[in-house]
Amino acid sequence: MKLRKAGTAAAAAVVLALTATACGGGSDSGDDEKITVGIKFDQPGLGLKTPDGDYTGFDVDVATYVAKELGYDEKDIEWKEAPSAERENLISRGDVDFIVASYSITDERKEKVSFAGPYFLAHQDLLIRADETSIKEAGDLNSKKLCSVTGSTSAQNVKNELAPKADLDEQGGYSQCLTGLENKVVDALTTDDAILAGYAAQDEHKGKFKLAGLSLSDENYGIGLKKGDTELQKKINDALKKMVEDGSWDKAVKDNFGPAGYKNEPAPEITETS
Amino acid sequence: MFDFLDLERYDLLGAFWVTVQLTVYSAVGSLIWGTILAGMRVSPVPLMRGFGTAYVNIMRNTPLTVVLVAASLGLYQTLSVTLGGRDSDQIGFRLAVLGLVAYTATFVCEALRSGINTVPVGQAEAARALGLGFTQVLTLIVLPQAFRSVVAPLANVLIALTKNTTVAATIGVSEAALLMKEMIENESDVIFLVFSVFAFGFIVLTLPTGLLLGWVSKRVAVKR
Amino acid sequence: MSDLSVLYDVPGPRAKRRNWLYTVLFLVVLGLVSWWVLDTMADKNQLAGEKWLPFVEDSRIWTTFLLPGLLNTLKAAALAIVIALPFGALLGIGRLSDHRWISVPVGAVVEFFRAIPVLLLMLFANEAYAQLTDVESEIRPLYAVVTGLVLYNASVIAEVVRAGILSLPHGQTDAAKAIGMRKGQIMSYVLLPQAVTAMLPALVSQLVVIVKDTALGGALLGFAELLSRVRSITANYGANTIAAFTVVALLFILLNFLLTSFASWLEGRARRSRKGTGAVVTEDIGSDVAVVSAPGDDRTDGPGGPGHGPGDGGVRKTR
Repeated sequence: MKLRKAGTAAAAAVVLALTATACGGGSDSGDDEKITVGIKFDQPGLGLKTPDGDYTGFDVDVATYVAKELGYDEKDIEWKEAPSAERENLISRGDVDFIVASYSITDERKEKVSFAGPYFLAHQDLLIRADETSIKEAGDLNSKKLCSVTGSTSAQNVKNELAPKADLDEQGGYSQCLTGLENKVVDALTTDDAILAGYAAQDEHKGKFKLAGLSLSDENYGIGLKKGDTELQKKINDALKKMVEDGSWDKAVKDNFGPAGYKNEPAPEITETS
Repeated sequence: MFDFLDLERYDLLGAFWVTVQLTVYSAVGSLIWGTILAGMRVSPVPLMRGFGTAYVNIMRNTPLTVVLVAASLGLYQTLSVTLGGRDSDQIGFRLAVLGLVAYTATFVCEALRSGINTVPVGQAEAARALGLGFTQVLTLIVLPQAFRSVVAPLANVLIALTKNTTVAATIGVSEAALLMKEMIENESDVIFLVFSVFAFGFIVLTLPTGLLLGWVSKRVAVKR
Repeated sequence: MSDLSVLYDVPGPRAKRRNWLYTVLFLVVLGLVSWWVLDTMADKNQLAGEKWLPFVEDSRIWTTFLLPGLLNTLKAAALAIVIALPFGALLGIGRLSDHRWISVPVGAVVEFFRAIPVLLLMLFANEAYAQLTDVESEIRPLYAVVTGLVLYNASVIAEVVRAGILSLPHGQTDAAKAIGMRKGQIMSYVLLPQAVTAMLPALVSQLVVIVKDTALGGALLGFAELLSRVRSITANYGANTIAAFTVVALLFILLNFLLTSFASWLEGRARRSRKGTGAVVTEDIGSDVAVVSAPGDDRTDGPGGPGHGPGDGGVRKTR
């Protein structure tokens, strides 16, 4: 008797879990009404899911503008998380219509996806404590502790080319590096300056950190879309041009990176035409 | 068929060597700390008993991932504990060992406690009748017999520890699991082979441990 | 061993004073360590209100991040145990089979998956799903985590089931044979129903292991379980990593503590039960040790269990 009850409960648990899974997974990107856009969910300044369940950041603003030009209202946009390692997969399988997620245009990636844009020129840079004076160029890192996330390429760049003696500390996420930086256990955090500026611009971090202002590399952020979709590419490129012309681009940069004292590059020329 | 095993690029043996080192250092550490904890849990001082019980209950209900992150983020990034390591790799390794010891010791402690239960009451009573104090009863009479009866459970703890070292990948220690993650991403056309190689590596590490210690446990078991 | 006094004499006046001294010394050491930790943290501004208060003041942190994460953790754990149970039962019974062509391969499968770290199984499952199936990228981590957990835990449960069946007195099988039952009938009508009662505590303890292992999926596969919510929280509330990890760790401890307490309650009930054989399969959480203790060997009853009683508590009876 008791066993039968336990069995029923277990069966109910399975059914519940399965239906919950089905609901979570079943979003359809082929819908006429909606457009699905891939962004980052955990990068302040670029793409961030807020506690209200809204999305903010420069990438989000660009995506919203582009979607509007394509004929979709803000409420018709379905946001989907696009973790770095998943971006090519999401596009090639058609899970998203396009991706705006600090996605640098590289030849290697262009073999798998097409890009529109670029819409932003970022550089690899260092985030240091506001009172730090001993780091002026990359070579100064040789006697310093440098933090980055596990498997990131920007840390390897520094290590291999600019400061071979730098002590590289790999953490699970940028926030953990920020804690180390705040506690003076590490001396610098390296990745793209747009990402760093997003963190430095947060209310909680005002006056604590600054960008070193070294342009260690050029990262052209593009909008990723299905390989060979020249029609969408052209539409997005036109939308990006319009965004720069009517001043929305400048406004978006100011809104998202303003408080960081970040000297952004002017809007880049569109290069990705088929 | 095994072209993907580019040993120049992937330091397979090096990664497994790190796994072995993690296992050995953590095993020794957890044996020591686990024995101390077991001593605390049976000691006459109520506060120490309370501490031992609380420690064991908290630690083994925490995911190992959280324990290791706490070691890396709490001890190193906040409290600046470096354990004498010079660079980040060394510090990461030592913190991982510390985390594994803190976690595994609870299982050693519980195994030992059940081992203490197997020692006949008469042994402790006789020792007390001779005038031995608690520490003497424990270290001279009870623990030596307890250890001999828990070799098999301890072997299982050791095997679990060997497998748990993979969690150190989450704080960036370059052991086998981190290498497998990298290889599986780069050599995505031969994932079954990559997986087989790593699975084989762990079987080589764990099976002999189990067999050897199973044999030892039969040899040393106290005949009663 | 609830009563440990066999190891030491009833404290006299001197021993009492010494115990007090130890207590005070221990308190001082504990106090010094906590003071050092808190002082250093305060010094580095890690105890600042802005880092901790959101967890009490801002309910959105719970509704948007923590509770959905907890739900995912529970979902993965529930799916894993429910799928692993039947597989584990089949494997466990298969390993007890009289036919070597069944018991040997099943034994090999069980030993194989028990020897491999569950993290490796998850990583492999994740990549295999990505390449060989078109599971959507959003739920793929869940599939990978559940697959890894099922493969590993089915083999652990197989051993629990086997130990549970072996813990039953041989007379049960003999009696069933005597009234002319076939092997399948003996297993399904006589052995399994009794073994289930003996196994329940071990199965609940295994659930604790599963809950803890879901955190691996969050750290390395991007599965949106409780631990991985730390990333979203710290991105929104100014890198309050210490606070976020502490809160998440407390949630895990609370959840697992409830499960462990439930397991020991079940164990106590099974031991007291007059209907069953009184045999219980317990398990050292996390070290996948299945320990059988037969009736009469009450492990909480002080030294001298196996030497005197019929059981062999503490020694693995599964090989």
